[in-house]
Amino acid sequence: MIRIQPDPFEPGAELAAFAGRMPGAGAIASFTGLVRAESDGAPVSGLDLEHYPGLTEKAVAAIGEEAQARFGLAGLLIVHRYGAMAPGEPIVFVAAASGHRRAAFEAVDYMMDRLKTEAPFWKREHGPDGARWIEARPADLEERVRWG
Amino acid sequence: VARLLFFGRLREAIGTGALTEALPDHVRDTGTLRAWLGADYPALLDSSVRIAVNAELGPGDRAVADGDEIAFLPPMSGG
Repeated sequence: MIRIQPDPFEPGAELAAFAGRMPGAGAIASFTGLVRAESDGAPVSGLDLEHYPGLTEKAVAAIGEEAQARFGLAGLLIVHRYGAMAPGEPIVFVAAASGHRRAAFEAVDYMMDRLKTEAPFWKREHGPDGARWIEARPADLEERVRWG
Repeated sequence: VARLLFFGRLREAIGTGALTEALPDHVRDTGTLRAWLGADYPALLDSSVRIAVNAELGPGDRAVADGDEIAFLPPMSGG
């Protein structure tokens, strides 16, 4: 299941609801991404996350479908916010359910690496020197390459 | 006319998120569109900028025509 939404969400509630829909799974792994409070040593006062309605949903759904097939998942959940957020708020939540732990861990890692570089979102951080656009770091691209 | 969309830092570089333009006859694919618009907006010429046609990304040059929604996407930063 994929949700792209402006509203805040609660990762604990998402995980509990997801686990409730996956009664037969032997393993569930999850990841929560938060708005950082500091960027390159400067405090962050907020984040705007822009997206492309119509394409973003499709691109995120494709990442989920490929993870499902690649790791043989019993199910997955991706929740991604857009709009204005404050430091400490969750931006993204990813969970994967499978028969055994390895596939669940790897699927979450894989989905996050792809979301970082291939999901149509654009981050703008607000700090003491104004706003700046954040693009995927070279390390993000290297991690994406690991999966082929 | 075609509807042109600009996201992220491109929206700021162009000064607007959307333009409506009649495509000249020689603009028939994403490559010729990029070169034509890039004369006025050089930020679009950067090879890191990807082009979606009717909310579809694809490899190489793809056909464009009046009536299409064509989006210019700088490097993405989700997650």
